[in-house]
Amino acid sequence: MTLDPEIIRLLAFLVGVIAFASFNAAYLVWLERKEAAHIQRRIGPKEVGPFGLLQPLVDGIKLMTKQLIVPAGVDPVLFKIAPILVMVPAIMSFVTIPFSETLVARNLDLGLLVISAFASVNFLGLLLGAWGSRNKYAVISAGRAFSQNVAYEIPMLVIVVTLVMVSGTMNLTEIVGLQMGGFWHWNILNLAASPLMPVAFLIFFVCMLAETNRAPFDMSEAESELVAGAFTEYSGMGFGVFFMGEYANIVIGACVATILFLGGWHSPFPDTIPFFGASSVIWFLLKMYFIIFTVIWIRWTFPRTTFYGLLNLSWKILIPISFVNLILTSAMLKVF
Amino acid sequence: MGTQNIQPAIVQFAQLDKLLALGRANSLWPMTFGLACCAIEMMATGASRFDLARFGAEVFRPSPRQCDVMIVAGTISKKMAPAVETLYDQMPEPKWVIAMGNCAISGGPFVFEGQYGIVEGADKLFPVDVFIPGCPPRPEALIEGILELEEKVTGSRRWPRVEVG
Repeated sequence: MTLDPEIIRLLAFLVGVIAFASFNAAYLVWLERKEAAHIQRRIGPKEVGPFGLLQPLVDGIKLMTKQLIVPAGVDPVLFKIAPILVMVPAIMSFVTIPFSETLVARNLDLGLLVISAFASVNFLGLLLGAWGSRNKYAVISAGRAFSQNVAYEIPMLVIVVTLVMVSGTMNLTEIVGLQMGGFWHWNILNLAASPLMPVAFLIFFVCMLAETNRAPFDMSEAESELVAGAFTEYSGMGFGVFFMGEYANIVIGACVATILFLGGWHSPFPDTIPFFGASSVIWFLLKMYFIIFTVIWIRWTFPRTTFYGLLNLSWKILIPISFVNLILTSAMLKVF
Repeated sequence: MGTQNIQPAIVQFAQLDKLLALGRANSLWPMTFGLACCAIEMMATGASRFDLARFGAEVFRPSPRQCDVMIVAGTISKKMAPAVETLYDQMPEPKWVIAMGNCAISGGPFVFEGQYGIVEGADKLFPVDVFIPGCPPRPEALIEGILELEEKVTGSRRWPRVEVG
């Protein structure tokens, strides 16, 4: 009996994807604490392991051995599955993400659609957790998260539709393949398709911040107003999984931004320097981590917006501009 | 109630217990919660000159469900006492309490005959693990208190004690 190599490949990718997601979720917390510290002229974690590198491990041990409180009056089913509902879609989305030309678990023709679909499930998890925990702060936070999700999903998807029109495909590998040959071919500078492409990237980035609940749009976890928002009643690893899911979603957002706008695994200067000129997974990770670094940088630099400011930004600025971009792109595709 | 006296568990896993204790001691998340002027010193401890983050203890969680240590920083008035007690009860085990400053230790300057508004010490409400004297204690004292708590959890001290000569 011979084992199908495809099955082994899929199993390897399954383990790899889960490991990648968890590793990133754990060590992005370390990066966040370190980066925050240096932005505030502190040192950050340094006593636990070299450069504080064992801090995520120690936090993990602590969270796992902490008492799991299920408060009286919560909906036990919703309360328990909500953290998983945040984590699972993020891991599922990794399946379609091409890290390089060959390094992709499943090269789906509708990869972009799959990721967009899973991106909204994440908010559903937050909503159910907040509703299930029967806490006033959590329910307010859920209401905010929901209107935020509705407001920011629209410009994000309009931008994605624009890029699908430019590329003519929803296959992520093909979208990256079309951006080959130097940074002036990347979609962010694809001025032939639409002069508003850099603006489109900016809108996508802002929507990504809002979709992943990051400051300055972290209205659903506003500590100064809502205790801990949707996570108020979660203790121990319930909270830990929520937190890991949040970081895994940031990784997904950064991956999608890299693929759609920054040319995926392609080198910005092809065939110049021997090693770095080549397109490889290194370039993909470099671009992805640069976006994540920027996300954390923004969080520790800007204060939180007000809730009305958040909604006004989306409905009055981002959505009109993204629609203008859509119409402009379709007109230019038709004319040229 | 006095100082907390924890009985050891009946079933013990020596090495694993040590690992768990190390994990707990190095990730003591305090509660975002201050009662009086000692809280200002607590904030200074988290800021750039003293940097509590070095020990992994800078994650001030706003919800008691996610906290490990409660730093009672300031005077507990009788009106505030029920709220403080509720916060303590809402924290999941294992949990520790640091009484910071003279008011949280014994009522401090507010203790006199006929006083009616002040709880004379946090240990009247719940068990306290570490007392930090001072009015208010300096941020170094709070860091020393957290190291003391780490010593209480793991049984070994991070650095040798400094002898005052």
